[in-house]
Amino acid sequence: MSIKAELEAEFGLPALHFQACADGVTTCWIIREDNAFVLRFLKTLGYVMLLDLSAIDERLRQHRPGQPAADFTVFYHLISFSRNEDVRIKVALSEDDLSLPSVVDVFPNANWYEREVYDMFGVNFSGHPHLSRILMPSTWEGHPLRKEHPARATEMEPYSLPDDILAREQEALKFEPEAWGMKRKTDTNDFMFLNLGPNHPSVHGVFRIALQLDGEKLVDCVPDIGYHHRGAEKMAERQSWHTFIPYTDRVDYLGGVMNNFPYVMAVEQLAGIEVPARAQMIRVMLAELYRIASHLVFYGTFAQDVGQLSPVFYMFIDREKVFDIISSITGGRMHSGWFRVGGVAQDLPQGWEIAIREFIQWLPSRLDHYQKMVMDNDIVKRRTVNIGDYSTEEAFAWGITGAGLRATGFKWDYRKERPYSGYEQFDFDVPVGSNGDAYDRAMVRIEEIRQSLRIVEQCVNNMPKGPYKAQHPLTTPPPKDRTLKDIETLIQHFVNVSWGPVIPHGEGYMAVEATKGINSYFLVSDNNTSSYRTRIRAPSFAHLQMIPLISNGLFVADLIAIIASIDFVMADVDR
Amino acid sequence: MNTAILIATVLICLLSLAALLIWLERRLLGIWQDRLGPNRVGFLGLGQVVADMIKIFTKEDWIPPFADKGIFILAPTIVVIAMLMAFAVVPFAPDTSISNLNIGLLFFLAMSSLAAYSVMLGGYASNNKYALLGSLRAAAQTVSYEVFMGLSLMGVVLLTGSFNMSDIVLAQKEHGWFVFSQFVGFIVFLVAGIAESHRLPFDLPEAEHEIVAGFHTEYSGMKFGLFFIGEYLGVALISAVITTLFFGGWLGPEFMPPLFWFCLKTFIFICFFVLLRAAVPRPRYDQLMMFGWKVMLPISLLNLLITAALTLARAS
Repeated sequence: MSIKAELEAEFGLPALHFQACADGVTTCWIIREDNAFVLRFLKTLGYVMLLDLSAIDERLRQHRPGQPAADFTVFYHLISFSRNEDVRIKVALSEDDLSLPSVVDVFPNANWYEREVYDMFGVNFSGHPHLSRILMPSTWEGHPLRKEHPARATEMEPYSLPDDILAREQEALKFEPEAWGMKRKTDTNDFMFLNLGPNHPSVHGVFRIALQLDGEKLVDCVPDIGYHHRGAEKMAERQSWHTFIPYTDRVDYLGGVMNNFPYVMAVEQLAGIEVPARAQMIRVMLAELYRIASHLVFYGTFAQDVGQLSPVFYMFIDREKVFDIISSITGGRMHSGWFRVGGVAQDLPQGWEIAIREFIQWLPSRLDHYQKMVMDNDIVKRRTVNIGDYSTEEAFAWGITGAGLRATGFKWDYRKERPYSGYEQFDFDVPVGSNGDAYDRAMVRIEEIRQSLRIVEQCVNNMPKGPYKAQHPLTTPPPKDRTLKDIETLIQHFVNVSWGPVIPHGEGYMAVEATKGINSYFLVSDNNTSSYRTRIRAPSFAHLQMIPLISNGLFVADLIAIIASIDFVMADVDR
Repeated sequence: MNTAILIATVLICLLSLAALLIWLERRLLGIWQDRLGPNRVGFLGLGQVVADMIKIFTKEDWIPPFADKGIFILAPTIVVIAMLMAFAVVPFAPDTSISNLNIGLLFFLAMSSLAAYSVMLGGYASNNKYALLGSLRAAAQTVSYEVFMGLSLMGVVLLTGSFNMSDIVLAQKEHGWFVFSQFVGFIVFLVAGIAESHRLPFDLPEAEHEIVAGFHTEYSGMKFGLFFIGEYLGVALISAVITTLFFGGWLGPEFMPPLFWFCLKTFIFICFFVLLRAAVPRPRYDQLMMFGWKVMLPISLLNLLITAALTLARAS
């Protein structure tokens, strides 16, 4: 029975309203009081993970055919692994009553997502345990993703910081353990509160955790994020579909074109562009090279955080070789922004495969060496085995994807289960762990480097011939060869380059197995040259929320090992 | 008069050695980590030593307003003084030590444990949470590792029948290097020595990935420099003592002067310390304690018992 039929059977039609989306995900509108009830029902049907939760400010949207009236829409994106299916639940809200019940009881990871919606849209969630701003400072005025909120500094008054505001800001920075849900003392002990970050050698960027310590033991810890927030989702609303591509590179800044991938695929889905086989394989090849580069950074810093100082240098040498290959193809290193709507920016240069073949020969023996040096080291094992472990069910409940999910023994890889861009043609394995601890998370990623090498090798051996860009009017920039032959394509080219293409209205969604987990883009087009709403689901956001659960009761040193094993990038958390 | 000249020479040599070791460590680490290290200033980058000195002497000498000023200033001096004092009993060549103390070995142990005060007071006076955690770790680590550091040397004392460092070297002329007859003692002392000088894998008091810079988080300028020099003096001291007690001190073939052999052996151990830093990860605090009390202490006690039994058996 399809999920649509099951929902209808359970709740009956007047309560539900189905909407057709370009992405084919079953999308169902419900009334807000039903949300926890419906989600709990879906959970029993196998929709075990709340992949995403966000909102849309609908007030300026012109094209909403077949959708109920709404000023704001809150949507829940659920994923079922057993059915290999998604479902999207939407709730319509009116401007003068922006509130709905919290679903933290059903999905614990809704906690941060609901805070983000509150922060960005000003939607209230009744029954939420700690509804406060999460990405913006607590003193921020307004809700950034609302349409009336300015998107550029030039739309605002010049910045100034008079003394009274300075005093207010300082006051807001004061640390009060109670406000973070922590007690100052027990009957016998006073706790020490340690502010780890936002600047600390091991937090990999600007990440802050407030630690409640008893000696060196963690009684409790509360992660604090938002220091790397740059408003990528808001920027998408003023950039053209094409000019937003380089912004995506900087979301998971170690993943390079891996970030372009879901974005351009979602735009192509809305535009109905079919990407030629060669472009698809170039995309896969570059994405896998970036996966290798990102995992090498993880491997090196992981070793470094447990006190081994040398491996990171060896791994950066290998990573530099990856970047040499990437820059010989794209001209860029970390942020090449090479994907385009409808293909890639240019064809592969002559002799592109030589350096790649050399690298495929080079890396495996180095990895064997690292295995002996790092993973087989007794001290590393003592520091990471059975540290920060969680079960598959806990991973579902907290929205853990990628290597963190596979380390629990659950074999689920987006590339295998829902192949995109031709992944079904490749022969590769999905490595899994068994304990779900810090050591297994590292082992899974290391094995993924080898599997990525296999994929890259298959790309080199089987690269199809043909165009690197689709012949479609919305391809941006359109292939140039015909523009000087007929006036229609010339105009098309001129308009698409100067204004950017107009993508047909609708809602599109694409996800990929990114370097750190499932990265997805949910795009709303309102028949315009830029996106109406761009929702970026970043894997690291979910992963950080779980830190207290797996760290409490351990030592400070264990927390560092856990943070290292999660492999997050703060820009991927805060966007 | 002679002693005065010797003292001056040793002082100058040691302090420049400590500065040079910074360069040596960075270059060696560079080679082992497939990179260059400081190679720009002067021949082989040796000018880096001078440049670093100028930098550290001219840096703003800042004392945090929340720190306990007196102790904060005092702390870094203790480690340097203690380490330099300990060198007084080290015999560099036959009849060449600043003080040929009969209780030389005990004096060395006393001085090296005094250095722990530097770390503890520095962390405590900084009034910073990371520094406090660092100095707590240092206190616990020193207390645990001090115990079997002394015990591990007793085998050597039993074999020699003296606490005098020169006598110990001379005894090795007869018995052969003690590293063979006291191999367990050597290993235990080596481990304790690394812990004593807070080098990886025993650098928990300043584990930068966990507690930023540990006990010296708040230190800057020359005060930080003193901690740094103290650490390198410690490395040199432990290496010199290992050489003296287990590797025959100045003993060596005739074609080179005794001082050469002493320096060569010490240098090899210094490089070993650097190599450790390049190679080994850091255990967790409780694992380190467990290792000390449950593994090293029993081993050193057993070693002492067996050595004593054998010595007695041979005597009777």
